[in-house]
Amino acid sequence: MAEATVKRPGRWTRFMAWLDARLPVTETVEYHATKYYAPKNFNFWYYFGVLAMVVLVIQLLSGIWLTMSYVPSGAGAFASVEYIMRDVEFGWLIRYMHSTGASAFFLVVYLHMFRALAYGSYRAPRELLWLIGMAIYLALMAEGFFGYVLTWGNMSFWAAQVIVSLAGAIPIVGPDLMEWVRGDYGMSEITLNRFFALHVVAVPLALVGLVFLHIVALHHVGSNNPDGIDIKQQKDADGVPVDGIPFHPYYTVHDLQATVVFLFLFCVVLFYAPEMYGYFIEKPNFEEANPLKTPEHIAPVWYYTPFYAMLRATTFPLFGLSAKFWGLVVMAGAILIPAILPWLDRSPVRSIRYKGAWSKLMLGLLVASFVALGYLGTIPPSPGATVAAQLLTIVYFAYFLLMPWYSRIERVKPEPERVTR
Amino acid sequence: MTRLLGAVWVALAVALGMPALAAESSWTLEAMTPNLTDKPSLQNGLKLYANYCLGCHSLKFQRYERTADDLGAPHDIVMENVVFTGQKIGSLMTTAMPEEEAKGWFGAAPPDLTMVARVRGVDWLYTYLKTFYIDPTRPFGVNNKVFDNVGMPHVMMELQGTQREVCKGYEPLDIVHGEALIGAPRAPQCLLEVEAGTGIYDEKEFNAAVYDLVNFLYYVGEPTRLERERIGAYVLAFLAVLFVFAFLLNREYWKGIR
Repeated sequence: MAEATVKRPGRWTRFMAWLDARLPVTETVEYHATKYYAPKNFNFWYYFGVLAMVVLVIQLLSGIWLTMSYVPSGAGAFASVEYIMRDVEFGWLIRYMHSTGASAFFLVVYLHMFRALAYGSYRAPRELLWLIGMAIYLALMAEGFFGYVLTWGNMSFWAAQVIVSLAGAIPIVGPDLMEWVRGDYGMSEITLNRFFALHVVAVPLALVGLVFLHIVALHHVGSNNPDGIDIKQQKDADGVPVDGIPFHPYYTVHDLQATVVFLFLFCVVLFYAPEMYGYFIEKPNFEEANPLKTPEHIAPVWYYTPFYAMLRATTFPLFGLSAKFWGLVVMAGAILIPAILPWLDRSPVRSIRYKGAWSKLMLGLLVASFVALGYLGTIPPSPGATVAAQLLTIVYFAYFLLMPWYSRIERVKPEPERVTR
Repeated sequence: MTRLLGAVWVALAVALGMPALAAESSWTLEAMTPNLTDKPSLQNGLKLYANYCLGCHSLKFQRYERTADDLGAPHDIVMENVVFTGQKIGSLMTTAMPEEEAKGWFGAAPPDLTMVARVRGVDWLYTYLKTFYIDPTRPFGVNNKVFDNVGMPHVMMELQGTQREVCKGYEPLDIVHGEALIGAPRAPQCLLEVEAGTGIYDEKEFNAAVYDLVNFLYYVGEPTRLERERIGAYVLAFLAVLFVFAFLLNREYWKGIR
């Protein structure tokens, strides 16, 4: 009996076959990495998504270790942070990782969002991807705020007092809502404890879930690119986009390089300027929370200051409602308005490379107003600064609200067939 | 795009380069550069702190043992000279003064000073400690130039001596006409002067003592600073080497693309 000798597959192949029959491992790796075709013309701006993931991991890991020594109580919180800084082995390293990571997170996310604005990454078919991203941004703002309060320094305490009291400006339900948020008549240990629960459990859970959805949605529709054109329009005989390259290994090695550069800069701050001259860790936060001692000048951390400046710039009551309430409306509006971008942009092209002068001017003004408002939010209010902030707030909103008009009327350049460098 | 980015960077540089504004008194702060490698200075700072400050101001987030080890001071000497009776070398550097009674004596309990150098900055502390002057209107007979109406006595007066405010260059008004005789009246130029021979230290010695004390407070504010900077150098060196490999790996893979 002659039998063809069939070579038996190796151990690894057999193991993977066993695994794949039970869990879609190979399929998932191929779908998301080795056969996920990303445009080959990604530039500098395309690093920040991956860097946001890197920072998320830094924050989750350092956060877990901080939680091991942190004490969420009115009497113990501040002392436990100093205990971590002094008595816990490498506690100072973990704490500075986390505090530097908070600022780094917002920095990379803002740059990531700028990329989306510049190259029209929010446009169809990526509207949902953009909305999930906006949800991540909101969760991140909440996470940053709750975490900032946990150190129970005097600035944390008073900044939280100011932000929570904004809820009190809402007509009718305001005062009750404020009490409900705080769980007390004033900022207290009860507030601290619920912020702790939200910071270490609820919001991170939501963040991780949203980031997962963000990536699933991205890989479903495919990445945009600096030209804003669809690489799936040009496919080879195998159905692979001609301008696409497998994410792994090409972009994994590309991103590895960027990650090392990022970590280098991150570590320069972490090891040599962790307070970042009072921008990352503010001086009054080295004093324990004291309900009887208001800091001379209350300001949130830098990543909230553009919105804080808009809140303060709203100085007039309207329709019988207080200026504070309208400030809240303006601030919330400024944070939320990017969500409707996919429906504001009427340009025939996606990328700023092919859009007209109006779009370029307005995007430039948006960035300038955001940075300038960020600065104004850090300084004590003055009449001149308030007028400047009011004008800049108008500029900020103009980018969005005038977009349906300027994106349609401007002269655009023709998009190329294939991606360019 | 490139031009747009240029504008963004300039705007960012301007925004971040702006120094954080802080409310200050009009008195010019003297610059002080701490030196954490100067162990004798830090040890003298600890000694001065124990003798003149620890009675009222705790360092309640810092432990004696860590301080002794970091400063290279033998435990037995620290136990004898710094640690309160009943406390152990591993204890936190609390003060013996009861907080409630301190409130009655000073109006407010003397604050903990563990992180005071991080809150106020070393220049402020250095100038503050040097600018107590005689002011009979104040409860403790002294006032301060950078912390007006401070509720604290000049604890190091025996070292510095009696310091008074002396104003010169003041041009009085012509009382009859109600106008200045020579130009407009100028604001008085006030200086602080120590009466010679009233202090244990001369000016130079006192300055050195204040320097040591502030240097010590700078250390206590963040005792891990030297270690942080030391480890940082290794981490950055490692990342620099890793970058070379990451760069070469990336170049190798991307050779074939376009």
